Amino acid sequence: MELKFTEQQQAFRLEVRAWLEQHVPAKPLQSFDTQEGFEQHREWEKTLASGNWGMVTWPKEYGGRGCNLIEWLIFEEEYYRARAPLRVNQNGIFLLGPTIMEYGTPEQKARYLTQMASGEEMWAQGWSEPGAGSDMAAIRSKAVRDGDEYVISGQKIWSTRAVFADWVFCIFRTDPESTRHHGLSFIFVPLDTPGVTVRPIPQLDGLPGFAEIFFDEARVPVSNRMGEEGQGWHIAMSTAGFERGLMLRSPARFQETAKRLVELYRSRANDILDLSIEDAVVRCYMDAESYALSTYQTASRLIKGGKIGAEASLNKIFWSELDLRMHETAMSLLGSRAELLPESEENAEDLGQWLDGFLFAQSGPIYAGTNEIQRNIIAERLLGMPR
Amino acid sequence: MDFTFTEDQLALRDSVREFLQHEVTPTSIRQRWETQSDDGELWQKMVELGLPAMLVPEDFGGLGLSEVDFVLLAEECGKVALPGPLVVSALVATPMLAALAPNSQRCADVLGALATGEARVAVQHWINPYVNNADTADWLILPNGDEVHLVPKAQVKLTQHKSVDPSRRLFRVEWTPSRETVVCNGTEGADLWHASLNRGALGAAAQLLGLSQQMVAMAVKYSTDRQQFGKPIGSFQAVKHLLANCAVKYEFARAPVYRAAYTTTVNPTRGDFAVSCAKVAAGEAALLSAKNSIQVHGAMGYTWECDLHIWMKRAWTLDKTWGDPGFHKNRVHEWLLNERALIGAENTFGRLSSFPSEESQKSGTGVV
Repeated sequence: MELKFTEQQQAFRLEVRAWLEQHVPAKPLQSFDTQEGFEQHREWEKTLASGNWGMVTWPKEYGGRGCNLIEWLIFEEEYYRARAPLRVNQNGIFLLGPTIMEYGTPEQKARYLTQMASGEEMWAQGWSEPGAGSDMAAIRSKAVRDGDEYVISGQKIWSTRAVFADWVFCIFRTDPESTRHHGLSFIFVPLDTPGVTVRPIPQLDGLPGFAEIFFDEARVPVSNRMGEEGQGWHIAMSTAGFERGLMLRSPARFQETAKRLVELYRSRANDILDLSIEDAVVRCYMDAESYALSTYQTASRLIKGGKIGAEASLNKIFWSELDLRMHETAMSLLGSRAELLPESEENAEDLGQWLDGFLFAQSGPIYAGTNEIQRNIIAERLLGMPR
Repeated sequence: MDFTFTEDQLALRDSVREFLQHEVTPTSIRQRWETQSDDGELWQKMVELGLPAMLVPEDFGGLGLSEVDFVLLAEECGKVALPGPLVVSALVATPMLAALAPNSQRCADVLGALATGEARVAVQHWINPYVNNADTADWLILPNGDEVHLVPKAQVKLTQHKSVDPSRRLFRVEWTPSRETVVCNGTEGADLWHASLNRGALGAAAQLLGLSQQMVAMAVKYSTDRQQFGKPIGSFQAVKHLLANCAVKYEFARAPVYRAAYTTTVNPTRGDFAVSCAKVAAGEAALLSAKNSIQVHGAMGYTWECDLHIWMKRAWTLDKTWGDPGFHKNRVHEWLLNERALIGAENTFGRLSSFPSEESQKSGTGVV
């Protein structure tokens, strides 16, 4: 055990810091759930790519830097420290990317990863259906083989970023006779394919962060399928592992929020009447630290050849509940001004960010598999309780 | 950066786990409650394994290992709810004596005797009103302000106070400081007491981590065996979620506890933040595991006959020793309020020496 960075790792940190200081936009970008904000974020992805910072852990041939997980954590720490824009292509780079790395053909890797790292193609995720939420194996949308093409019919819902994205990765039923998690396949669909209709769904903040996607005999080539026919569930579970586990929510994100919470707390320490706030701030900070330490522990283990499995569900519960608690605490600190929208003139500096974050934190325990589903997974697969 | 244990450390943990699971059972613990035995036989076996002297430097006949080596063993002690003085002896008494031995022949002698099993040493720290296992000690390390005193048991008066946990044997110690007994004072003494508090809290945290895991394991077993409505109660989501919540708590207490061991190894007097995070997290995990495990056991969990209370009572008591949660949260709070505290993700592992431009603002901080 050696809990300090090597000279090389520290040099890497300085390099990231210097580049971000030069390039992070001085003015925050608009929300990526608006057309204009989405394009601003796409530009930022291209800027990142121009410095080769698009996805540092990926191999150089796909536009990455071949960094290991410790270096990735350092990059993320600097990224959040610089308060750089959120990653509009997170569905692509954090979820689909690692999955393609594991299951894609060489052609698929070359085709899709490169375009993702360069910021050219933005991805949405198309898994949930009106009748298949937590019970994802109830998927009914189908892809019927016709020569070299699949003909897709059905409906996906709660597709984040799909309103402005270029592609969606989906799971469809390719075997009409199949039930539950059998007979599903993992298929990529360009969102401008004839027969595909995207209908925006406004989220809690009023912006169209979600979409419903309707497929009416939309045709895509068979080469858009990743893995074998019928292997879709298995691959999707691997993607879900990245989503709940290490990649999607790096600890730096929560540590940065915890730091802002402490700063907010310091600035109001003399006006606090609610006795529970002091305790909440301390615990939030400690929990953000715990999440970081645990992630470094996991990263060290993975570098030495370990694997991550159902433990990802522990992470997902921990970070989503922590994020919610931090924002609830900030709302308490802001008191009667907590309700003001970010654009209000009464909002000093970045105080309005807390409300945005508070709204978004409500979704944490729901997306990537509800926390109730995660608790079932922990109980059954990690603790060995009966089904 | 490497947050893993070595093969050797894991192998040592495995062999100690096997030893403890064989030697320390609910039956043997209950026997100890009845006989008030001095654990002589078990202690001798642990001495043969080198456990109490693990942190004794090699020069004084010990193994010269560190807190990082020992933390996994303390966790195993928690898993079996080991009674007796092992963790405090190895993690607190030994490093204190080892620090004093170069300048004090008496400390060197006692340290040697501790390594061979001829003597046992108990520690009274100002944070704890009572001394656990003072009756079986030959020597006591006692505080008088910043002074450290090494006192033979014959020179102290012990009054026992019973704990809810029958495995704990608590004593109030009355004694008179003298020139003959003092072994250290001033700043050196203050630093030793400071380091000891962190080591003691680390030992408690590691045991709490082990206790949580064992209580949940027992509840999982019970929920698998016990049938109601025609199926195992563990198949009901309400029951599953009680225990899944415990797993989340103890799994996220793990890394802070191991980090605290590392920090304590590097510099025990600069580990306040790391140790306090570990102690609070492990305490919360253990208290939740106790609460939810008794719930899963139902009425059976409320009986003397069910073994669960051996672990549960230890969790309740260790959470309050070596600094209760209020003490440790306050240390973190005080640190967070300090404008110079290095907060933020890039500082998780302390100050980075190669940031010359920021060197000036990073000096004098309280975290390693």
